[in-house]
Amino acid sequence: MTTKPLKLKELAKGEDRFAHGHRMCAGCGAPIVVKQVLMATDYPIIASNATGCLEVSSCIQQFTAWKIPWIHSAFENAAATISGVEAMYKSLVKQGKLEDKQVKFIAFGGDGGTYDIGFQSLSGAMERGHDMMYICYDNGAYMNTGIQRSSATPFGADTTTCPAGDVIPGKPQQRKDLTRIMAAHGIPYVAQASPAHWMDLMKKVQKAFEIKGPKFMNIISPCNRGWRSRTDDAIMLSRLAVDTCYWPLYEIENGVTKITYKPKEKKALIDFLKPQGRFKHMFAKENEWMLKQAQEQVDAQWERLLKEDSAVREEKPAEG
Amino acid sequence: MGKIVAVTGNEACAQALKQINPDVCAAYPITPATDLMQRFSSYVNNGQVDTELVLVESEHSAMSACIGAAAAGGRVATATSSQGLALMWEMLYIAAGTRLPIIMPLVNRALSAPLNIHGDHSDGMGARDTGWIQLYSENAQEAYDNTIQAFKIAEHMDIRLPAMVCMDGFIVSHSIERVEYIDDADVKNFVGKFQAVNPLLDLDKPKSYGPLILTDLYHEYKRAQHEVMTKVPKVVLEVAAEFEKMTGRKYSLFETYRLEDAEIAIVVMSSAAGTTKDIIDQYRDKGVKIGLLKPRMFRPFPYLEIADALKHLKAIAVLDRADSFGGYGPLFMEIASAVTSMDTKPAMINKIFGLGGRDYLPEQGEHVIDELINVAKTGKVQTVKEYIGVRE
Ligand SMILES: Cc1ncc(C[n+]2csc(CCOP(=O)(O)OP(=O)(O)O)c2C)c(N)n1
Repeated sequence: MTTKPLKLKELAKGEDRFAHGHRMCAGCGAPIVVKQVLMATDYPIIASNATGCLEVSSCIQQFTAWKIPWIHSAFENAAATISGVEAMYKSLVKQGKLEDKQVKFIAFGGDGGTYDIGFQSLSGAMERGHDMMYICYDNGAYMNTGIQRSSATPFGADTTTCPAGDVIPGKPQQRKDLTRIMAAHGIPYVAQASPAHWMDLMKKVQKAFEIKGPKFMNIISPCNRGWRSRTDDAIMLSRLAVDTCYWPLYEIENGVTKITYKPKEKKALIDFLKPQGRFKHMFAKENEWMLKQAQEQVDAQWERLLKEDSAVREEKPAEG
Repeated sequence: MGKIVAVTGNEACAQALKQINPDVCAAYPITPATDLMQRFSSYVNNGQVDTELVLVESEHSAMSACIGAAAAGGRVATATSSQGLALMWEMLYIAAGTRLPIIMPLVNRALSAPLNIHGDHSDGMGARDTGWIQLYSENAQEAYDNTIQAFKIAEHMDIRLPAMVCMDGFIVSHSIERVEYIDDADVKNFVGKFQAVNPLLDLDKPKSYGPLILTDLYHEYKRAQHEVMTKVPKVVLEVAAEFEKMTGRKYSLFETYRLEDAEIAIVVMSSAAGTTKDIIDQYRDKGVKIGLLKPRMFRPFPYLEIADALKHLKAIAVLDRADSFGGYGPLFMEIASAVTSMDTKPAMINKIFGLGGRDYLPEQGEHVIDELINVAKTGKVQTVKEYIGVRE
């Protein structure tokens, strides 16, 4: 019942708890993320969902793709909403009005609904210690309203509100490192994952569900409309994000950082940027500094993470 | 029999919540409602209730957590005031549109700017279109009684809507009054067991809450919400009748005072109604045929019933403890709407009073009545809307 073996053959036989027939764009990363998360476990799950692409495309009028209990209330409050559901569950179980079926609670939100407008609600719910998991599918912009920049949008990206103009060539700021910020909450489990590394992603979900208390997972979720890439490259791009160390796979369990996948050979960031139209202007002669700056940002973050990696720290015990 | 106590409005409401023992409450501090949930928190921490208390980081999250908890399938309450309610605004519509019977004492307070912590009805009036039932209370006893009745009204199988129980900030929330408490067992018995409708926690029949509904069905969805509202008055009266049987205290959609044979009347809500009744007694002693109508249920607004109660009058003064800038006072607009159904329409004046906790003094009421006597005599209204009790 608890941690099921992650065998592709077995997983394929399982029932989809997020059904086909939803209206997400072809090639969208978000439904892949949701499927992998739900497939990782047999625990009963109740989910909340922030307003955004996933929400508007998965439950329309009398149609729903969700075969689990699911609630959407607004944009900035997926965490607060599920915290209320969890509180009711806890209350009813405690009072003997409901049987404890080890229900797991998940909030799904896009990066806008998580890094920006929903950040306060997320931070509050994590601090309160609800037994819940927040999953951000990070496609790096407000996609549902037409590709506006969010604080998760990578440096230099061309979006509809930070277009690559003659004076300002795309997003001037670096993205917010939300995974780290969530770790700073001191919650028991924080992880970053990618749907290309499905086994790693599902193991993290499984691990998280065995931990009581608040958990946070940040999962990269390619959007071919916003990234201006090919329809069928979601997995390829989410793999390149990992191999270039733009999106490192790691977890922070009770304060201990562990890189869960280290690319054998760290690829150049341009490998990840090149297939995406949103970075096209950065390859123009006059914008080469942007490529350099973007690479430096990634390098600095990767170096810092390497230093924090528990495996590395064990090899080199602190001096003195 | 119940117990007679000397308590504040907040204390009385906290007592009602304790007796009802909701499954989940969310709380966020704001003057003057803070004290209510603070008291309730001590009931939680001392094991006097079974409630799971969610101490959120904002009122937006308070209402969001209430929505999640209510959809999960249980009894839910919170309380707030002013800016807190304003921050909840988005979620108030969602609570009502999702048909979740959440109960919220609203300790009425002015809205910024300028910042002011004292009582007026700006917050409640700003939420009148959200789809919540609103009951206004004159004193601590009514706040207590309305809270208990609100659960039964909101959770009624024909209704399933959220409800606000309003009382005037400080004037009622922080003044000690005589209140008659009902026995715990009687309250429990009166509100009954919570019956969940389509609970999210039912794992065998998974539900999706909060769909996207566009041009093809949204309109119908909203009409359904309107239709539910039309059923509320009947339920409010049924619950009031049952309540009267238990306590002897009588409630209706509104209260009238010396109105039957009156020629002129004042319409005013909440604590100011008490002061106004005293003034009316004085004028009655002088032979002036004046009465009062105090709406209790502001949403849904009982237009026809109120029109029937006011139809014999020559002139009416509506006292609003809130303004709709650029329009008439919100209560005046409702009374004016009610009057449209009358054959002969009384003359009407609108006075804005008591904003930001400005005292409503008997002289103010007396001036209004003097003007009203003149309006009734001449049938002429000089100024429809006017602020009273203003320092010039
Ligand atoms: C309070 C509020 N502000 C703005 C919106 C409009 N809005 C709806 S979805 C959305 C963007 C969602 O972006 P994100 O969270 O990144 O998810 P995605 O659409 O990319 O999946 C916005 C801005 C809203 N629904 N509510």
